[in-house]
Amino acid sequence: MSESLIQLIDVKRKYGTGASELMALNGINLSIMPGEFVAIMGPSGSGKSTAMNILGCLDTPSSGQYLFKGAHVEALSRDQRARLRRRYLGFVFQGFNLLARTSAQENVELPLLYRGDNAVKRREAATKALASVGLSGWEHHTPTELSGGQQQRVAIARAIVTEPAVLLADEPTGNLDTQRSHEIMGLLVALNRDHGITVLMVTHEADMAAYAHRMVHFTDGKIAKDVANPHPTMVASVDVGQIVST
Amino acid sequence: MLYSVFILALRSIQRNLLRSFLTILGIVIGVAAVITMVTLGNGATQAIKTQISSLGTNLLMVNPGQRQPGGGSGSGGVPQFTEADAEAIQSQIGGVAAVAPQGRSSVTVVANGRNWASTVYGSTNEWFSTGNWKLASGRIFDLDEQRAGAAVCVIGETVRRELYSGTVGKTGLGNQLRIKQFSCNVIGILAAKGQSGMGDQDDTVIVPLHTLQRRVTGSRKVSTLLVSMQDGRDSAPLKASLRQLMRERRKLAEGDDDNFNIFDTQQLAETLSSTTKVLTTLLGAVAAVSLLVGGIGIMNIMLVSVTERTREIGLRLAIGALESEVLLQFLIEAVVLSALGGLIGIVIATAASYVLAGVMRVPFLFDITINLLSFVFSAGIGVLFGYFPARRAAQMDPIEALRHE
Repeated sequence: MSESLIQLIDVKRKYGTGASELMALNGINLSIMPGEFVAIMGPSGSGKSTAMNILGCLDTPSSGQYLFKGAHVEALSRDQRARLRRRYLGFVFQGFNLLARTSAQENVELPLLYRGDNAVKRREAATKALASVGLSGWEHHTPTELSGGQQQRVAIARAIVTEPAVLLADEPTGNLDTQRSHEIMGLLVALNRDHGITVLMVTHEADMAAYAHRMVHFTDGKIAKDVANPHPTMVASVDVGQIVST
Repeated sequence: MLYSVFILALRSIQRNLLRSFLTILGIVIGVAAVITMVTLGNGATQAIKTQISSLGTNLLMVNPGQRQPGGGSGSGGVPQFTEADAEAIQSQIGGVAAVAPQGRSSVTVVANGRNWASTVYGSTNEWFSTGNWKLASGRIFDLDEQRAGAAVCVIGETVRRELYSGTVGKTGLGNQLRIKQFSCNVIGILAAKGQSGMGDQDDTVIVPLHTLQRRVTGSRKVSTLLVSMQDGRDSAPLKASLRQLMRERRKLAEGDDDNFNIFDTQQLAETLSSTTKVLTTLLGAVAAVSLLVGGIGIMNIMLVSVTERTREIGLRLAIGALESEVLLQFLIEAVVLSALGGLIGIVIATAASYVLAGVMRVPFLFDITINLLSFVFSAGIGVLFGYFPARRAAQMDPIEALRHE
């Protein structure tokens, strides 16, 4: 019987007060085990982004409890949550959010700088992370010199360079064409399967969600449906380093 | 943590080289202006001090007449001085180091078949100490020569060069020099003092007072009394008692105007150098305002930069940067920028004041204090004006910041 990695208990999040009060999350209960690949789906305004922010420890619930590895996140200070993020969480965004005029290598090293690793350790880890997303040889290219798919790979390398327990991906394929989207999904699946990283992904595209083992549907701040996906889209067991860099 | 934040700050400066340069331009100009002004001001003060002290340190020059001339002789009808006046001053006034009675005459000196228009002074050996003169070679007068009015002379470097040429301070010693109708033997050569505000001081011939009186002017009068004070003496009280003594000796009644004047180099030096100091301070203060403006420039650019980099800040916060780390990063960026501006300013100021000092003919004095002070001040400006933008960055909400377009 394994412990939940993440547990939300009756989580509510409201914005504004009085007449303009908006209940973005209205009593969410969710439990995620280590190693799961969960797709969070729902129309815009359904609360999935708010849920993602709370799961990513960027935001705190207005009421309810959020247990991460048994710790009460809702009681942590801003800096304590920052330390939790840098230790256990990796983020991938729709807009990549790479530092401009900065090499892929330096972008990937960034989280390690905040962790205080020395230069040698940083370089080794960043090289390894870039290799694991199939970008060996692209270390010194800046974001403008990379395609969208490559930029998202750099962002993924940055997210996993700290060897996080959870990878939070917010519409990771939203800015990419279909082929690149499937490549990125293949990468996430491989990271989940081969490295045991728990992946939480927000998406509104059904064929992207189809890679996940579990789909959680949000509607009006509530979980409408929480189903297992018995037949996730299979990804050939290739060495991701061999994926053609495009 | 400090080290990695420092690296981050340096990288972001390096990524925006042009903007970083424009940011620090204000500080560069401010620091350069302050240091150049103060350095040149100090040089000017020093130049004035040097010029005046080359006349003689702590020197009082007593001249007949009421005017305050720059060493001119008394006006007609006013009685001149005697040797006895010099002796009285030496014996009756405390704090006097030396008194030299001085007579002078403009003459043409001839030697080696060359003519040279110069000034001949007649005085005692005290003349050399009151005027801060050093000998380049030879000797000064002995007692017998002074008493008897012997035909000997000591010449200045300009006279030596014009009449004898050759090696500085050497040739000419032991030669004959004709002044008006008599020849004298050159027994000493003065070390050069160079040009000063008072003209070429090296263009002189010195003979014993009695020699001048008997063979050149034909009068026993003395036109000027040179009184040098002991070191560290304040000139005011000494000047007062000197004035009192001279009034008595010249039998001036109560209420009569002085028929002599006392020219005080110490007072002159103080007046002039305090004037230049005030000017230096004033110019430095004006320049310091530009330093302040430079600081505001830094704050301006840092604020723009924080807004522009909102998404970047959001990302940093999301991947686990602490509030204090973001604050420190932006603060260090500001401080590194302004300190860099200070350094560049110091380099420019050093070069500029070196060149300008040459043009203005004042000495170049590298003042370590003002350089250090400007540097520390410019770094301080970085802290002061960098804090507000840095705090703004650190307190951003990562979710909002990431959404920022």
